[in-house]
Amino acid sequence: MNSEPSPLFALISTFALLSLLAVGGANAAVPEMHRIAVDVHHWMTETQFADAFAISQLSPGPNVLIVTLIGYAVAGVAGALGATVAMCVPTAVLAYVVSRRLSRSGASRWPAVIQTALVPLSIGLMAASGLIVAQAADRNWLAVLLTVIVAVLAAATRLNPLWLLLAGAVLGFAGLI
Amino acid sequence: MPSPSPSAAAATPAPLDPVPPGLIALFAAFAKISLSGFGGVLVFARRAIVEEHRWMSAEEFSETYALCHFLPGPNIVNLSVVFGSRFRGIAGGVAAFAGLVGPPMALVIALAALYAHFGEVDALRRSLAGVSCAAAGLLISAVFRMMMPLVRRRAVLLLLVMVAVFVAIGLLRLPLPWVLLIAAPISIAISYAQKRGTA
Repeated sequence: MNSEPSPLFALISTFALLSLLAVGGANAAVPEMHRIAVDVHHWMTETQFADAFAISQLSPGPNVLIVTLIGYAVAGVAGALGATVAMCVPTAVLAYVVSRRLSRSGASRWPAVIQTALVPLSIGLMAASGLIVAQAADRNWLAVLLTVIVAVLAAATRLNPLWLLLAGAVLGFAGLI
Repeated sequence: MPSPSPSAAAATPAPLDPVPPGLIALFAAFAKISLSGFGGVLVFARRAIVEEHRWMSAEEFSETYALCHFLPGPNIVNLSVVFGSRFRGIAGGVAAFAGLVGPPMALVIALAALYAHFGEVDALRRSLAGVSCAAAGLLISAVFRMMMPLVRRRAVLLLLVMVAVFVAIGLLRLPLPWVLLIAAPISIAISYAQKRGTA
């Protein structure tokens, strides 16, 4: 008997749980996705993970679609669909239930306290995402420099992020990264 | 009701659409929002829902988004479900969700198939490496933008929680469930104490 559970099952159960733990949205869950996909299950290499993040950022649609790419790498189209649905449905059901409750009972003081409390958690997680993607992507000092320049430009200007990503693609294509 | 004068009509925001959107309209609107949403869907969602279709006032939209941001999971996915279900119940939530996620997911699956075939092509490798570097920079800039309000308020304890979460997840690579199990109660206790202190 095979004691190893099927990858599709592991994929779906992983993302269904992560759905409810993704404080601050999909980008804040990137470190946990990386830990599970690269370190624990070896579903992807470090480079494949960085590429999946890049493709998900280049594509239109919600950030959560990085999960589609991880799912595809594990189990093809079935994996892509399974992972995406698993990542979205638990929290969507929770959002539906909570929004109905709140519209009926009126807001108490707890949502405000919890909202304040979650802010530092999501920023810490996003910072970890930035570090992990940078470590996976930046393989030389020019790459690190590009990351720093993009961070400064994006913070200081209102440039559309898509232009910065495309500038990265052009510099990479030209062999500078 | 007498028709308002042109100047009064210009001063007050246009009235909300009294007809709630149907399932197909919800699907189509969210598909369009999603497919035009490069680098952040939220802006397009606000524009479509508040300005273009007038399905919600700006305040209602902000309240709905605040709820979805506070809940775990992909915020905009939560928003589509909450929004759709408000008008058409569970079917409306499903229609909006399917519009938001379905079309771009099909596109991303096509890209994943292409990547599986051509991922080793050197020019593509180099280009994606460049995109990853830039994407890391975007994440870092988002962190600074989100952090500034805490710095301005001198919320030292909350900033310490933030740094602790960063170290635990980013440097020590600890599992997320355990980190949240410890950090969330601490952060809630700090926020609660501060709220009482200022009230």
